[in-house]
Amino acid sequence: MSALSLLPARRPVPGVFVALTLTLAIGWLVVLLDGGQLFNQSTTVSLLHVAAGLGLVAVGQTLVILGGSLDLSVAYVISLSTLVAAETMNGSDGALLPAVGLALAVSAGIGLLNGLLVTKLRVNAFIATLGVGLLLKGYLDNGYDGPAGTTSPTLVQSLGYQRIGPVPVSFLLLVAVTAAAWFALSKTRFGHHLVAVGGDPEVARLSGVRNDRILVTAHVLCSMCAGLAGIYLASRLGSGAPRVGTEGLYDLESIAAVVIGGTALAGGRGGVIGTVGGVLLLASIDAIFNQLEVDAFFKQVIRGAIIIAAVAVYARRAMRKAAA
Amino acid sequence: MSDPPPTPLLTLRGIGKSFLGVRVLDGVDLDVAPGEVHAVVGENGAGKSTLMKIVSGGYAPDGGTVEFAGEPRTFRGPRDAQRAGVGIIHQEFNLLPERTVAENVYLGHEPVRRGLVDRREMLERTRRLLDSIGETALPADARVGQLGVAQQQVVEIAKALALDARLLIMDEPTAALADHEVELLYGLVRRLQERGIGLLYVSHRLKEVFDLSSRITVLKDGRRVTTVDTADTSADELVRHMVGRELSSYYPDRAAPEDRGPVRLNLRDVGNRKLRDVNLQLRAGEVLGIGGLQGSGRSALARAIFGVSPFTTGDVTLDDRPVRLRSPRTAMRAGIAYVTEDRKGEGIVGRQSVLDNALLASRAVFAARSGRAARTVRVRELLAAVEVRGAGDDQEIRFLSGGNQQKVVLARWLALNPRILLFDEPTRGIDVGAKSAIHDLVRRLARDGAAVLMISSDLPELLGMSDRIVVMRDGHVAGELPAGATEEEVVALAVGTTREMAQ
Repeated sequence: MSALSLLPARRPVPGVFVALTLTLAIGWLVVLLDGGQLFNQSTTVSLLHVAAGLGLVAVGQTLVILGGSLDLSVAYVISLSTLVAAETMNGSDGALLPAVGLALAVSAGIGLLNGLLVTKLRVNAFIATLGVGLLLKGYLDNGYDGPAGTTSPTLVQSLGYQRIGPVPVSFLLLVAVTAAAWFALSKTRFGHHLVAVGGDPEVARLSGVRNDRILVTAHVLCSMCAGLAGIYLASRLGSGAPRVGTEGLYDLESIAAVVIGGTALAGGRGGVIGTVGGVLLLASIDAIFNQLEVDAFFKQVIRGAIIIAAVAVYARRAMRKAAA
Repeated sequence: MSDPPPTPLLTLRGIGKSFLGVRVLDGVDLDVAPGEVHAVVGENGAGKSTLMKIVSGGYAPDGGTVEFAGEPRTFRGPRDAQRAGVGIIHQEFNLLPERTVAENVYLGHEPVRRGLVDRREMLERTRRLLDSIGETALPADARVGQLGVAQQQVVEIAKALALDARLLIMDEPTAALADHEVELLYGLVRRLQERGIGLLYVSHRLKEVFDLSSRITVLKDGRRVTTVDTADTSADELVRHMVGRELSSYYPDRAAPEDRGPVRLNLRDVGNRKLRDVNLQLRAGEVLGIGGLQGSGRSALARAIFGVSPFTTGDVTLDDRPVRLRSPRTAMRAGIAYVTEDRKGEGIVGRQSVLDNALLASRAVFAARSGRAARTVRVRELLAAVEVRGAGDDQEIRFLSGGNQQKVVLARWLALNPRILLFDEPTRGIDVGAKSAIHDLVRRLARDGAAVLMISSDLPELLGMSDRIVVMRDGHVAGELPAGATEEEVVALAVGTTREMAQ
């Protein structure tokens, strides 16, 4: 291997954006032939709304997955967060900020618990976060039969329905959170250390990285992202909803978006930009199928196929890289 | 050089450590002066690596004191040791293949400006570091996974240097390096010495120990046997301290001409992406040595024969029958075994037991149920025969020393009764005692009729073990040498001097 053949480690554009462009192009054509219009105002807006909700969760999920962990409790954190926010606001604008703060704090607390279970008690992340999720599910099922609380009207008008042209404010929030996460990953020590912990915990430890602290922080941030998604959903629904997280399949969909976005499930490789691509891809497929009025079950089949295909493509790439 | 220096940088007194009830270190004393290269040698599992990890904060000692720069210290972790000025280059690479050279070098202490990682500064400093050790060709923004073994080693060294260490531990730093790279390392070690940095140098290669060190400490079974001034000792004496055996009884006898059987494996004009027009015959009963530099196609040849990255051109015959070795499984079925170069990555399953590791190949090739008990009995016998020491069959293999791990890998392949054995650096990172045990074993296999192909970067080993030597260069056979060739002849073929170029 000669030094000349070494290319600088510039990341190529994640393949997911190629897939996204193709999907949109084909979708546009098919919808057109069907006599519809994919990119009218209302479909674009609803696509971006779907992307905003899932995106907030998936960006957080990217952080823990990069660190070699995983969070299956996000769906319940979302539900809890909608309730905490809506019940604290109780329909008044005065309690808006305290309610948002409380919802985020509760989420952060759950993230802390997840992180400590994974690092200090060395419980496998899959089991630890599943367990914490079931704990929350018990609390939610026991305490709530249906919607509770009322979201402050200001929040509903702003985060829930305000938009600039076809772009909802909530999508801009996703852009901001993504930018912050990207910045944290590439420009801060925390980000560098997180990728190192995910790549090889032993290497990180021997290089002086405080693995536990890094991973706990990632879990806290992940849960806070889920909490933020909950606040957004509360602003859409106008109240707290105890099942919104699980019914939206936010746990598995967020992991799917991360994987489609090119982040290695084992950690150490990937990033949030790809994840947003994955989110947009899933949301686009949703929008296209809604336009075509495709059967909901068939939709799930297609999504499943796409996730498997994405992982297969990345696995092939990794093999080629290893062979080179 | 014989005067003990007045103010040692590092003083260890009575260091002890146990793992899972096994005493690994017992009352070890050692000191290192600034600017001194203190070599630590010892057999398989003598406790060298554990001792180094204690000095660098990787493990806490059960007993004894560590004094660094005149103060008693208890390092709470590697970060703590690094801050104090102890750097370590580990025997196995500790790098992130997905990250760049600079990101690896500065992992854990990235330069920051206004709280943010200063990527430009990081690249610049890495470049300067690489320049200072004469590695100007290595780009600081290359992904480490794209680099070859030797270049990754350079990154490891740069990583340790970036810490401004006052004490640098080198655990088998040359194990993965080619000869000309070892020369570079020598220069680097001397430059570090001039800067007053103390070095703890662990190596199995006695030549290096004599070239570089001023004092040598010999460990055996977790205890310090002696500490001697390098000038006052000899290789023979050191080996006696380590294993109680003379250097001359090192290599087993070669095969007599009548022991050589028919051609087992015949390669005609074979090639693939890394090899071209290779012609080679491997006979039953012989040890064929393969020499050459890193990346000359030695490992690619073994991997192609074993079907890992198969030949794409040419013909292969096995016992005069044409075969296509498409995958390791077909190769194994054909009676070929392959002991890989990268033991940690490809040789062992770290978290499985010794027995599971030894049974791996048999389980994969034979039907699940038939003769399972008999197979287990046979593998246990083989494990005993190759003398795996210091561990039960149920222990996770990652807790074993390198030499013992290699013996388990050998037992795994012997369980298949292979007719052709491919060894890729069979004794890399393995101490003298286990080394000669493996040499004996290799020769015994050949004597029993197996055809052995052995790749080695260790020239004395290559010359001492081989009945014939084929030297490779740039993916093809540069030439063949008979037994009794000299180191110079091998090197001349490997680097391609005038004689061969004229052909």
